[in-house]
Amino acid sequence: MSTDTLPATEAAAPAASAPGARNTLRAKRRRNALRTLAFMSPWLIGFGFFFAYPLVSTVYFSLMKYDGLNPPEWRGLDNWTYVFTSFPQFWPALQNTLWLCVVMVSCRVVFGLGIGLLITKIKTGAGVFRTLFYLPYLAPPVAATLAFVFLLNPGTGPVNSLLEALGLPAPAWFNDAAWAKPALTVLAVWGVGDLMVIFMAALLDVPKEQYEAAELDGAGPWQRFRHITLPNISPIILFALVTGVIGAMQYYTQPIVASKVASGVMGGSGVTFVPGYPDDSTLTLPQLVYSLGFSQFNYGAACVIALVLFAFSMAFTALLMRRRGGLIGSGD
Amino acid sequence: MTVSPTPPAARTARRKALLRWIAVHSLGIAAALFFVLPFVFVVLTSLMSDQQALTRDLTPDTWHFENYTKVFETPGFLTWWKNSLLYAGLGTVLVVVSSIPVAYALAKFRFRGRHLSLLLVISMMMLPPQVVIIPMYLFWAKQMDLSGSLWPLIIPLAFGDAFAVFLLRQFLLTIPDEYVEAARIDGCGELRTLLRIVLPMAKPGIAAVALFQFFYCWNDYFGPQIYASENPAAWTLSYGLESFKGAHHTDWNLTMAATVLVMAPVILVFFFAQKAFVEGVTLTGVKG
Repeated sequence: MSTDTLPATEAAAPAASAPGARNTLRAKRRRNALRTLAFMSPWLIGFGFFFAYPLVSTVYFSLMKYDGLNPPEWRGLDNWTYVFTSFPQFWPALQNTLWLCVVMVSCRVVFGLGIGLLITKIKTGAGVFRTLFYLPYLAPPVAATLAFVFLLNPGTGPVNSLLEALGLPAPAWFNDAAWAKPALTVLAVWGVGDLMVIFMAALLDVPKEQYEAAELDGAGPWQRFRHITLPNISPIILFALVTGVIGAMQYYTQPIVASKVASGVMGGSGVTFVPGYPDDSTLTLPQLVYSLGFSQFNYGAACVIALVLFAFSMAFTALLMRRRGGLIGSGD
Repeated sequence: MTVSPTPPAARTARRKALLRWIAVHSLGIAAALFFVLPFVFVVLTSLMSDQQALTRDLTPDTWHFENYTKVFETPGFLTWWKNSLLYAGLGTVLVVVSSIPVAYALAKFRFRGRHLSLLLVISMMMLPPQVVIIPMYLFWAKQMDLSGSLWPLIIPLAFGDAFAVFLLRQFLLTIPDEYVEAARIDGCGELRTLLRIVLPMAKPGIAAVALFQFFYCWNDYFGPQIYASENPAAWTLSYGLESFKGAHHTDWNLTMAATVLVMAPVILVFFFAQKAFVEGVTLTGVKG
């Protein structure tokens, strides 16, 4: 594209050096700049007001003692040392996030790829299957979580009835610290429709000739998958992994609703809800921002957690943007 | 095929193909059961009596369709419904209107800082909402005195949503520059080019953005929890649903009926706009 326009700009250069032409050129450039500014203005305001300003403000509050009532007091790095050394829920939340990044994200990617492969092989009723596979992704998270707490409830839930009928162990899922995260993983895998669509599109893009050539060479299904499919779709797998990790950082609604419903501590019952039930096993960093900021009114410490969250998210976003021909690929 | 006698090789090949068809479709059915059964159990439970919902029974003995009217008669439920529609409806309109010009500039204008702007849009898109929530809450609650309402969630949507901008830009990139340049040469101003030439071609992209935004607002739990929790009259369905469970803690049947009522609009919308939706997912993920 740029090589095409090069001769044109060279040809235009001598003409532009005439004083009148230069003035019109400058006027045109200014008009263009104003036009760009006008088109970009909604976002520029939004960026300044809902991103840059609050981010700076978060850094400021992370160095203050502030409860929303008394004026902020300078405390230096006190909030930071408090969060890292004495706040008991920080490390469990970080550990849980790591668990989610490793187990939940890889389960979703493997399962999403499997379902994507399956849907490309289905010949009869593919449209119906695709819709059915995709639907759970659309279920509102609060509703889906509530449904799964019911389905997986240890006493009368249909899943455990089924497991017992088959003679399999029936765990307490959301009521057992060892099983709460696996239960959330089942919920996340259920909503794998987004990845299915992405993988499906990628799989259909793999050149058919490569498969035909491999088949002629006598490659079996596994070898074809290993040497043709995987290399072709590896950028998409990386994309799914990284966006999955970014999603895991933000994981909030499902664990908080699951722990509230499973613990039986609900709004209006008068008992203060402590997030992470059972035994901190479902704590994540965003929940700590909420509980520090909005139940304990320790805005300083909440801002420290917010900045930790920010650092992680931006690190993975940078990874995503470095991907060759990736997220922002063509047109640049 | 009937003319030449079928060689044994062709017959085994055909049998292999049939076996593969059976294997693939049985796997497909098994997967479909995994995806669909949770919905089925939820709906079945929503039609049980109070007592039966506490047992291990999977299907209702008697069908209690009145559970759904009971849910609607619960104080607040209709208000939450209305609030969800307001938040999602108004939010979607605002996001679409404010994001289109930004996406157009990023896709079709050449200017200094374009690349940087795009990087910042993506950073904003990936930013967890909790990162900036403390200053934002202090601003809306203390300075604007708007806590206890959904306005702190709706107003920012009038200033372009990063995800919408990004998705629309991806879509606009697929519209050849020649159309835009032809319109410019014909003396069409940028705004008219955008409105008359580009927008009609960008309808699928706009539909996808609108759907995503509607679903995002409808499903949002964190936002209403921060700004509306103190005032039940401002709750949305997604936020109210959880307290519904709290108020009916033994009535799984009513809770599941409410759950169905929260899921239903989203699924209905999907059936009418499936294509735009799937296209949107693909666009943000695969096509660069």
